[in-house]
Amino acid sequence: MNVIEVEQLVKSYNSVKAVDGVTFNVTEGETFGFLGPNGAGKTSTINILCTLLGFDSGNAQVNGYDCVKESLKVRSSIGLVFQEVTLDNELTAHENLKFHCYMYNMSKRLANERIDEILEVVGLEDKRSTAVKKFSGGMKRRLEIARGLLHRPKVLFLDEPTLGLDPQTRSNVWEFISTLKGSLGTTVFMTTHYMDEAEVCDRIAIIDAGKIIACESPGSLKSSLRGDTVYIKTSDDGRACVELHEKFNLSARKIGSGLSIIVEAGEKFIPKIFESLETPVLSVSMKRPSLEDVFINLTGKEIREAQPAAQRSPRR
Amino acid sequence: MLSYKAIYVIVLREFKRFFRQKGRLITTIARPLIWLIIVGSGFVHLIDVESGANYIQFILPGIIGMTILFTSVFSTISVVWDREFGFLREMLVAPVSRVTIVIGKLISGTALSVFQGALLLVVAPIVGLEIGVADILLMLFFMTLVALAITSLGLFVASFLTSLEGFNVIMNFIVLPMFFLSGALYPVDNLPEAIKFLSFINPLCYGVDAFKHVLLPGGGNLSAELPLYVDIFFVLTFSIVMTFLSALVFEKRK
Ligand SMILES: Nc1ncnc2c1ncn2[C@@H]1O[C@H](COP(=O)(O)OP(=O)(O)O)[C@@H](O)[C@H]1O
Ligand SMILES: [Mg+2]
Repeated sequence: MNVIEVEQLVKSYNSVKAVDGVTFNVTEGETFGFLGPNGAGKTSTINILCTLLGFDSGNAQVNGYDCVKESLKVRSSIGLVFQEVTLDNELTAHENLKFHCYMYNMSKRLANERIDEILEVVGLEDKRSTAVKKFSGGMKRRLEIARGLLHRPKVLFLDEPTLGLDPQTRSNVWEFISTLKGSLGTTVFMTTHYMDEAEVCDRIAIIDAGKIIACESPGSLKSSLRGDTVYIKTSDDGRACVELHEKFNLSARKIGSGLSIIVEAGEKFIPKIFESLETPVLSVSMKRPSLEDVFINLTGKEIREAQPAAQRSPRR
Repeated sequence: MLSYKAIYVIVLREFKRFFRQKGRLITTIARPLIWLIIVGSGFVHLIDVESGANYIQFILPGIIGMTILFTSVFSTISVVWDREFGFLREMLVAPVSRVTIVIGKLISGTALSVFQGALLLVVAPIVGLEIGVADILLMLFFMTLVALAITSLGLFVASFLTSLEGFNVIMNFIVLPMFFLSGALYPVDNLPEAIKFLSFINPLCYGVDAFKHVLLPGGGNLSAELPLYVDIFFVLTFSIVMTFLSALVFEKRK
């Protein structure tokens, strides 16, 4: 069964097409990821699906409800963890959760039961009476994810759930999300611009400038590259490029301050570079296919380079 | 359409925030007292009163009006605050109607204001005004109406604003003229004709007038200036229109 169905979705802000004809489905129990640089249209898509944002044309359904006509029904069946922190700092952890429970019309007894249960799951049971302003970034994140799950939503939306966290905390949050999924079986729709995080998804849609440019499992995305990526730095990239083409019939891509070449067996190819290339080679490195390479292959740019600084304005 | 549990928890949150921010609590209690003492006792001998109330007594209804004005307007800052700090989205994504959120904010602003105003009634006997239980109940009723009118106005304005700075600028442009044109410090009749009409669209003016009806029944030339039913009618109509408009704006803007 499809939990999310999106068809030809378009949303523009003035002249910017934030979402440009996006189509995808998410099936029950799946973890589905949107991977793309800042400004790609991930948050806009999530906001549309969560009924917080209108759109220009297309169709969006969540749990069988229309995101425009049945927005209350959509909202009662989903949980959302926003890109930015949306806790009340003045309130304690317990009070924040209680606020949520009552907004979802739970009885006092049920609310207390669920709060106790979820605080234990996220390991914050001893912080229940602490004001959120005293929490670390990671603790706030855990509390927000807990809050998103309190009303047992059918789908949990996570918008960049690890943004701004240190690597240690990031991996803790992921471990936590996968444990939750295991125990609750919730469908998860998440966005990220960290490649390594996208690996936990069952399927990934790579999104760039409002368009989905690939949508498959991480495994098949990587195998679509058919080979390892070899990065070389030379004293003259232009000449090296020509040589590679003439001698090996390989097309190299210019990435940053070097060249990237995709070959079947990287470890056997590297010695040949030194044998055959007349252009002095300064350094060589090799990587098994990763999502980063998939992204580079599809868009011709690194995901980090693709972040336009000017677009990182805070979102209301 | 309305979710009562949601309204309850929105109000509960505003009260918790109010009582946890000590600075806010102290200012809202200290400000009216400072006005009463400094302005009231400063003018009491300057202003020649033929009969009835003296000047300190005269400004008490106005100071109660001022307290309600400030508390109500600045309680609606929470809408802007919640938008700035993202908490508004937690409310918007919940399965409750927008009207529910507006009503929740309206009730909390009103209740906080009435609470503050009621504290000031303690001052009445101290400055020599006799008030009985019936007067207190009447005052609570009128204070609720006035607080509702001003909170709904504040909500309406706040629902357009996205920054706390903008809120402060705009509210100061609204709040101070509203106060000075309310008959709080001098009878509205004393104002030049050119600006008197502004008083007639000022809900606080009718509110303060209603307070004078209760607190200064024999106030001489300083007592209420309009019939009580006019006061009630205007304030009530104003609240209903503004509540409706804020709900509308909330529905449209997200
Ligand atoms: N409220 C807004 N007003 C104008 N432009 C916006 C607004 N929100 C997003 N955008 C623009 O839409 C594009 C997509 O943004 P967003 O969905 O936030 O991307 P992401 O979440 O992938 O970083 C960006 O170019 C961004 O600048
Ligand atoms: Mg985003």
